[in-house]
Amino acid sequence: MKSSRFDATVLTLGFAFLYIPIVILVIYSFNASKLVTVWGGFSLNWYRTMWSNQGLMDAAWVTLRVGVLSATIGTVLGTLAALSLTRYQRFYGRTLFSGMIYAPLVMPEVITGLSMLLLFVALNVDRGFWTVTIAHTTFTMCYVAIVVQSRLMTFDRSLEEAALDLGCPPVKTFFKITLPLIFPAVLAGWMLAFTLSLDDLVIASFNTGPGATTLPIKIYSQVRLGVTPEINAICTILIGLVTIGVILASLTTKRTEMRRIRDEHDAARAEP
Amino acid sequence: MASASATSAHPSAHRSHMARWLVVAVPYLWLLLFFVAPFLIIFKISLSDTAIAMPPYTPVFKGFDAFGDFASKLDLENYLFLTSDPLYIKAYLSSLRIALISTFLLLLIGYPMALAMARAPNSLRPTLVMLVILPFWTSFLIRVYAWIGILKPDGLLTLLLQAIGFMGPDDQVQIFRTDIAVFIGMVYSYLPFMVLPLYAALEKMDATLLEAASDLGCPPWKAFWKITFPLSLPGVIAGSMICFIPITGEFVIPDLLGGADTLMIGKTLWTEFFGNRDWPLASAVAVILLILLVVPIAIFQNQQKRVV
Amino acid sequence: MAKSLGPVKRKFSPWTDPTAEPFIRFENVTKRFGDFTAVNNLTLDIYEREFFSLLGPSGCGKTTLMRMLAGFEEPTEGRILLQGKDISGVPPYRRPTNMMFQSYALFPHMTVEKNIAFGLQQDNLPKADIAKRVQEMLKLVKLEQFAKRKPAQLSGGQRQRVALARSLAKRPKVLLLDEPLGALDKKLREETQFELMDIQHTLGLTFLIVTHDQEEAMTVSDRIAVMDKGEIMQVATPAEIYEAPNSRYVADFIGDINILEGTVRHREDAAGLPGVLRIDSDGLQVAVDTGSQAVADDKVAFAIRPEKVRISLDKPAETAVNALYGEVWDIGYLGDFSVFLVRMEDGRIVRAAQANVSRLVDRPITFGDMVWLTWSRDAGIVLTR
Repeated sequence: MKSSRFDATVLTLGFAFLYIPIVILVIYSFNASKLVTVWGGFSLNWYRTMWSNQGLMDAAWVTLRVGVLSATIGTVLGTLAALSLTRYQRFYGRTLFSGMIYAPLVMPEVITGLSMLLLFVALNVDRGFWTVTIAHTTFTMCYVAIVVQSRLMTFDRSLEEAALDLGCPPVKTFFKITLPLIFPAVLAGWMLAFTLSLDDLVIASFNTGPGATTLPIKIYSQVRLGVTPEINAICTILIGLVTIGVILASLTTKRTEMRRIRDEHDAARAEP
Repeated sequence: MASASATSAHPSAHRSHMARWLVVAVPYLWLLLFFVAPFLIIFKISLSDTAIAMPPYTPVFKGFDAFGDFASKLDLENYLFLTSDPLYIKAYLSSLRIALISTFLLLLIGYPMALAMARAPNSLRPTLVMLVILPFWTSFLIRVYAWIGILKPDGLLTLLLQAIGFMGPDDQVQIFRTDIAVFIGMVYSYLPFMVLPLYAALEKMDATLLEAASDLGCPPWKAFWKITFPLSLPGVIAGSMICFIPITGEFVIPDLLGGADTLMIGKTLWTEFFGNRDWPLASAVAVILLILLVVPIAIFQNQQKRVV
Repeated sequence: MAKSLGPVKRKFSPWTDPTAEPFIRFENVTKRFGDFTAVNNLTLDIYEREFFSLLGPSGCGKTTLMRMLAGFEEPTEGRILLQGKDISGVPPYRRPTNMMFQSYALFPHMTVEKNIAFGLQQDNLPKADIAKRVQEMLKLVKLEQFAKRKPAQLSGGQRQRVALARSLAKRPKVLLLDEPLGALDKKLREETQFELMDIQHTLGLTFLIVTHDQEEAMTVSDRIAVMDKGEIMQVATPAEIYEAPNSRYVADFIGDINILEGTVRHREDAAGLPGVLRIDSDGLQVAVDTGSQAVADDKVAFAIRPEKVRISLDKPAETAVNALYGEVWDIGYLGDFSVFLVRMEDGRIVRAAQANVSRLVDRPITFGDMVWLTWSRDAGIVLTR
């Protein structure tokens, strides 16, 4: 078929475009030469220098803490927001609320970052670890809300009604029925929030303070001075972590899928 | 309540009412405080004067006592300055131009990809979606950074072109630090955001529609323009807005890949803030950017509401 | 007006006893959703141990009525009494009712056992008691060997039984069943109907079932309430509903029926004898027993079930009270029955059903035959609503 050959070409070129730069980046992190474009043989040298770069390591540690904390708070808040949007069709200011959920998704980061900074200054809060965490929580919770909301929209409400009907109060019903069932979406939301936090340069730059330099800020300041293989090394590690995470996630999905198929098989055999 | 009717008589019902109130109130108040309030503040500060102090502006709001004082001090000085200096106007126009061209390029590249994904066999689709999402999980900064090594005059692209004899050994690719590099960076970074909404719209389209069209004598290329494309319009709008709005305010890409003459408003704002430490002017720049983006944001929100 | 026809199942009829206290009472209940009135000023009594059906098309308010009893919706006006006590404002988790959901609503992350135990755990019963009750329930629905399975590993019929067991485990005062058999295929549905009746009888509970399937309602119920547009059209036993519908709506909704619109020509009331109502329907003359209050010149409808119409090739005797002459227009062969569509001279169709006691090849009446339709005076009814 002609159209399928066309499709295959489009996809090949598209994915090549998406992946070649990343692959090159990873390859050159193992380059012995300091010149980024000259291949000087395989070496783990840059990983060693990276490891001994205290500033980089400190920044990584800050980023990790900010990421875990903001993703966790953001997941709680985002899940609550998703519940509000799907469950309560009418409350005062609902339109404003849904606007506040969707706007940060497209809002240019420079605006979000600057406006938050000005809030902290107005409130006379010293900038640092906590202001970055709060800023990250605020924009990541919106992503979590969208992810969890899409799961809640297909959630069978009669499951909750059944629990209520069997004598389980609403709050307990949420923890015993709703949360376990939407948990994959909540987890996906957390992962997304964590990644976004790890990734953010602009908002963090506005809201950071002494002692709270995050990894992207550090990378950015080094990149401005020129390309160094050390940055390639840390980028490769980050890409590796993400790839492992994604592979684990897809394996879990695959296992769930296998179990579903087995269940269907069982159900078919269970027919009286 | 003294006149407790049967409706409010149950303490457990009362408790669950409280819980319901908290579910809405906690995220609501958080966003009001950390998302809406900052916009009001940014608006106020854009109207105040620059001062050499820390923070480097004259605070406009010192409690309610100073309210009258505050009102008298407000002025449009910063905005007047923005309109008087052609540099800012040029930066806004240039941002819009770059965002428009980038969005168009994204559609041009993203649509065939999304269509090819939607037409792929069922078993292959989850993998293809995964492959589109995967780069998104790796750092934005890293992905932009990766292009520096490729586009630099002595970078890999030059090496490649020299190696295949397309270029003389002394020639170099002069893309880095130009608008072309910015477009490449934009398309590269935002491609997943364009492909996914398009794919979502194309994938849920009923394949029998095209069969019906073909059955009624409509050739494939005509069926595409008469059926496929109109039905994918919600995806086109969503994808375009998701890309256009943030690109307009983009900072990292023009800063790392663009040249000195690449004017973009996100970069201007950054410079005013971090370079010139003129916070009120930076705020005014942000406010105007926000006003420019109100219409696309409204379109985006409307689209989302219809989908939900 | 309704005369009791046919034997009453199990000789159970508290609704005929004026001293009997209703178990559940809907009292002038209205429910509105915005501008839409789902239930309109409805009053209904249901008695203890009754198997009661709410029957009607979708959107008639039957599900809303049940959900108000379960506590998922509050009435806009009126009140609901359970054993004489107003249960308004009592949240669903404090009501002594349990519901079997149309989708079954089995918790997918819990095993069959855990699903059944869920309600009991909410009452903080000792573990041993819970385990014992779960075993009883599993035995009741014959699912002992499936206790450790997840709902996804069960067939549709098994899921239905788990849902039943779960809603029965707490021994609710009232069991609410929302289209309980809707998702099962026809054969399984019929078997399960009888199982449900058995269980209801054994446990001595009050069952309230919502259904749009008239056969299901007829089979299982002690009484049926036929609903339309938020109102109850008729509450009666299945036999009464079928044989003595009180309105065109009910007559038409339940089973197949011929309806001839017409005018009462005159009414003959004879002392000591059943009188006769003579009805003219655009030239077709019908005589029927005076079971109705209708008098001369009233606009009425004469209704007769097809199976009560005899069809014959031979001209009936002069003494026949009701006889129509027409052409066989179409024949619907249903296996056990054949339905003959007979076209009157003016084009109207009257249906007659005949049991196929002999084999198809022997059937004497066929397309185009001119036939006589006859029935006795007490075979049809007069509808004024």
